[in-house]
Amino acid sequence: MNFLVLIGRVVENLCLHTGLYAQMFGRTLRRMASPPWHPRIILQQAEEVGVQSLPVVLLTALFTGMVLALQSYIVFHRFAAESMTGLVVSMSLVRELGPVLVGLMIAGRVGASFAAELGTMRVTEQIDALWTLSTDPIRYLIMPRLLAVTLMMPLLVVIADFIGIYGGYAISIYLLDQNPTVYIENTTIYMELHDFYSGLIKAAFFGVLIGIIGCTEGFSCGGGAEGVGRATTRAVVISCMSILISDYFLTAWMFG
Amino acid sequence: MKKDDAQPRIRIRGLSKRFEDKVVLDGVDLDIMPGKSTTVIGMSGSGKSVLIKCILGLLKPDAGEILVDGENWLALSETEQLARMQRVGMLFQRAALFDSLSVWENVAFALLRHGEKPQAAREHAIEVLHWVGLPDIADLMPAELSGGMAKRVGLARTICHKPDIVFLDEPTTGLDPIMSDVINRLIVRLHKDSGTTILSITHDMKSAAMISDQIALLCHARIHLQIPPDQLDSHQDPMLRQFVEGRAEGPINTSDWGKRMEEATQS
Repeated sequence: MNFLVLIGRVVENLCLHTGLYAQMFGRTLRRMASPPWHPRIILQQAEEVGVQSLPVVLLTALFTGMVLALQSYIVFHRFAAESMTGLVVSMSLVRELGPVLVGLMIAGRVGASFAAELGTMRVTEQIDALWTLSTDPIRYLIMPRLLAVTLMMPLLVVIADFIGIYGGYAISIYLLDQNPTVYIENTTIYMELHDFYSGLIKAAFFGVLIGIIGCTEGFSCGGGAEGVGRATTRAVVISCMSILISDYFLTAWMFG
Repeated sequence: MKKDDAQPRIRIRGLSKRFEDKVVLDGVDLDIMPGKSTTVIGMSGSGKSVLIKCILGLLKPDAGEILVDGENWLALSETEQLARMQRVGMLFQRAALFDSLSVWENVAFALLRHGEKPQAAREHAIEVLHWVGLPDIADLMPAELSGGMAKRVGLARTICHKPDIVFLDEPTTGLDPIMSDVINRLIVRLHKDSGTTILSITHDMKSAAMISDQIALLCHARIHLQIPPDQLDSHQDPMLRQFVEGRAEGPINTSDWGKRMEEATQS
């Protein structure tokens, strides 16, 4: 019986949160249809989300590309297909690992900061203060953040793809002594533009998830400092889970 | 003109609000006359802040009517409510200054949002900061301010866009007696200088007596009585006497608070 109650609670919570995210997404979209759009705040947020996330994204991509090259080479070496290393590294990064890993990094860095920042504003009544100063809090706080993360995610993924591919190239050429011309040829011949685009579509979708989950958790948080902590944890966990789960369905939809 | 004066600026009828099982407001009726300063007093947790938040549209009441200048604010759309906020100023209990903006940007927030040029808005903000006795802190950040300074900056932000109606949520709570007196004097000056309609909530009796034309006691989820401030010490209503004299025993039910305190001490 207790087990059933537990399942019931989990399902109830899931429905409640999904509903909250959907409602907030709808309310934010409606506001995007008319001015003011606060371009200055969008740029400020884009700088925060994009430029300031670059170091962590670049490091992640570089080492992922390097490890991928090393692992692929070891496996392909067993059946003398080392020349395929470049293709596997590039395909994996562009189609899958680029958007997913950047998504997870941004969920940890940006999603958490959205939830903590808005949560603190909520518990210190700053969001209420915005309303009483005739300023729509969703338009002023959530819309710029959502737009910034949705626009910056594909850009970060493009950079991560190139850096990751370069990491794989560097390991293959300088450490594993592969032929650079063959490496580049194999990579470019078999890769299609669609592979690249699919990663960018995923990145934008993950950006929407991170933005709406982080902002909604912060915006609807309560219970003082403890509540802000819980909202931040929830934002990161739910964003990461949503990215991994939706990645499967997006892949199935785009390549199925 | 006379007719306008007789009509309440804010008329609240049958306002009810509950949070799960707890009834916070149960049919509250209150009239706030134009140009008058009304103070709602009551115990902590009696629903004073909920009352203000319902008027401002920050909370949705379960039942009742809130008429401001004859217009039902509960029937307005979100956009219309936001537009009405231009006429309103609100001082929050802990000032609620925006952490990421400097003091002058906080004070001039409403002006900047409504298209005033930054230079003009800054000058206006410094003028209002001068009025609250803080002329030299325009470029500081809220984190650098003391509690009393933050409250005064909050008051400056509340009045900078010249609102018709000002709401003050516990304006002197958490301040030392001298700073409380400074804030009280500023509120009295605001009221006298501009004839603004003010609704304050507090449990500071000195403040209530000093800043009000009318005092309402919110008790057991209703407005129990309304009196002029000079009757605060002489009115013989048992609930008012218990509250003013700060006694635990009396008609105001404090058993819930007592029980909770006992549980907290035991745990």
